[in-house]
Amino acid sequence: MANSAALTGPRGPKPQKSFSRRNIFLYGTLTIIAIYYAIPLYVMVVTSLKGMPEIRLGNIFSPPMEITFAPWVKAWGEACTGLTCEGLSSGFWNSVRITIPSVIVSIAIASVNGYALANWRFKGANAFFTILIFGAFIPYQVMLYPIVILLRELGIYGTLTGLVIVHSIFGMPILTLLFRNYFASLPEELFKAARVDGAGFWGIYFRVMVPMSLPIFTVAVILQVTGIWNDFLFGVVYTGPETYPMTVQLNNIVNSTQGVKEYNVNMAATILTGLVPLTIYFVSGKLFVRGIAAGAVKG
Amino acid sequence: MASSGRPSQLFRNKTAKIAAIPMILTALVVFVGGTIWTIVYSFTKSGLLPKLKWYGLKQYDRLWSTTKWMVSIENLAIYGICMLILVFIIGFVLACLIDQKVRFENTFRSIILYPYALSFVVTGLVWQWILNPEFGLQNIVRDMGWESFAFDPLYNADIAIYGVLIAGLWQGSGLVMVLMLAGLRGIDQEVWKASRVDGIPAWKTYLLIVIPMMRPVFITTLVLVATGIVKLYDLIVAQTGGGPGIATEVPAKYVYDAMFQANNLGQGFAASTMMLVTVAIVVIPWAILEFGGSKKHG
Repeated sequence: MANSAALTGPRGPKPQKSFSRRNIFLYGTLTIIAIYYAIPLYVMVVTSLKGMPEIRLGNIFSPPMEITFAPWVKAWGEACTGLTCEGLSSGFWNSVRITIPSVIVSIAIASVNGYALANWRFKGANAFFTILIFGAFIPYQVMLYPIVILLRELGIYGTLTGLVIVHSIFGMPILTLLFRNYFASLPEELFKAARVDGAGFWGIYFRVMVPMSLPIFTVAVILQVTGIWNDFLFGVVYTGPETYPMTVQLNNIVNSTQGVKEYNVNMAATILTGLVPLTIYFVSGKLFVRGIAAGAVKG
Repeated sequence: MASSGRPSQLFRNKTAKIAAIPMILTALVVFVGGTIWTIVYSFTKSGLLPKLKWYGLKQYDRLWSTTKWMVSIENLAIYGICMLILVFIIGFVLACLIDQKVRFENTFRSIILYPYALSFVVTGLVWQWILNPEFGLQNIVRDMGWESFAFDPLYNADIAIYGVLIAGLWQGSGLVMVLMLAGLRGIDQEVWKASRVDGIPAWKTYLLIVIPMMRPVFITTLVLVATGIVKLYDLIVAQTGGGPGIATEVPAKYVYDAMFQANNLGQGFAASTMMLVTVAIVVIPWAILEFGGSKKHG
C-alpha cells in the first residue's frame, strides 16, 4: 500500500482534545438520551411528593413546591384496591414470602441439576436438558391451565406454596443452563481429584463446587429476585386476593375504577413496587449485566 | 434387567439421576405434558371446566371469526414489527455511542439499562401517567403555547398501541444495548485498524464489516426480543387494560380473559396453541440454524 508509510508514527490512538466537535456531539447526544431514560423515574418521584391540588394546577415535570410524604404513607397502608383499603403493605409482605423461598428452592434445584449435567453425565440427560431449554420458549399461556390442574390436585392452588413451585419450575431452564455452563467451565482435574479422594456426588457438590461458585450464585440470586419480584402473570393466575404479590396489588390500586384518582398515591405505590429491583440493580451493577448476558447466551 | 454381569445401566450414576428428577419432571410433565394437554383440549368443547368432548376445529373457527382476536393479532403484529426494528436500531446506535471510549460509560449504561430492572406493571403505570392527556406531555406542550397540540395515544384507539410501544421501547432497549455492546467488544480491534488503514469511513465499517461479524449476537437478541414480544401481557394490563375499547388487546390477554374471566377454556386453549405456533415459527428455524447439522450441542 502506498500510503502506509504515513502510518509509521507513534502508536496508539491519537490523543484527542476534550472539546473537539466530535466530543461535544457525542456527549451531548448521550446526555439527552440519558435524560430521556431518566425522566420517568424523575416524574414518579416528583409526582409522589406533591399534593393533589398541586398536581391539578402544575405540570408533571415541575418539582414539588411543598414536599409531602402523605401519598407514600397512604400508598403503603391505606390505598384501596377496589374491595379493601389496606394499601400495598400486604402485597409487599406476600412478595417477600413468595420471593425468598422461590429464589432458594429454584437455585438449589437448578444448581444441583446443572452440576449433574456438567459432571455426572448420564444417558438421556442431554435429551431432558434440550427439552428444558426449548421449554423456556413455550409461551406461558400454553402451560397456565395444566398447572392450575396440577396445583389443584395437590391442594395448593391459590396458596403461596403453589406459586413458589411455579416460580421454581419456570426458573429452571435459564438457571440450569447458567449453572451447567459454569460448572463445565471449572477445571475437570478438580472434580477428578475429589473423586479419587473418595468424595461422592453430594460431597463434591457441597465441598468443592459450591464454595468455588459464589459469583454465579450471586448472579442467579439477582436474576431470580428481580424476575420473581416483577412477575405479574403467575401472581394473578395462581394466587387469590389474600396472597396477591405486590405487582398485582399495585395494578389493582392504580387501575381500580372506584373513587377519585389520586395520582400522587399511585406514583408512590409504583415507586414502592419498583424499589426492590431498582435497589438490587444499582447495588449489583456489573453482576446484573452478567445475569442478562447469561440469559442471552444459549448452548 | 437382562444385562450380562455388568451392573445395570439404570443404576449407574444413581444419585445424579435422583438429583435430576426435578428437571426431568419439569421437562416431561410440565413442558411436554402441559403443552400436549393444552393442544389436545383445544379441540374440545371445554367451558368452565376442561371436558374431553370432541369439538373438532370449531374453537379455531370461532377464534378466527372473533373481532377481539383479530384485533389482538393485528396489534401484536404492529407492536412486534415496530418493536423489533426500533429496538435494534436504538440498541445498536446506543451501543456504538457508548463504545466510543466515552468517560462515565458506567453512568450512561446504568441510566439506559435501569428500566429493564423494573417490572412491566411499573413501566406501564409510569407511561400511563406521562401520556395522560390532562396532566402529562400533551398538557405541557399546550401550556407552552401550542394550544391545538394533540398527543393522547392512550385515549385514541387508532394510535393506542403506539403508546404501549413507547413504554415497551423505554423498558427493553437497554437490554439490546447491553447485548450489542458485548458483541461490539467481542470484535477484534485489528478489524478497526485495518479499515482505518484502508480509509473506510466508520459508518461503512459498521454497516459492512462489524454488523455481519456480529451475526450470532443479532440472532440471539432477535430470538430473545421476539419471544418476549409474544409474551406481551403485563404491560398492556397495566398501561391500557386492553383499551380504549379493545384497541390494545393482545393474544396473551385474550388467552387469560377467555380462561379465567369468560369461563371459555376451549377458546383459551385454541388461542394459546396459536401463540405456540407463532413462537415455533420463530424458534425452530433458529434452532435448526444454530444446532442442526453439527451435533455439537452438549
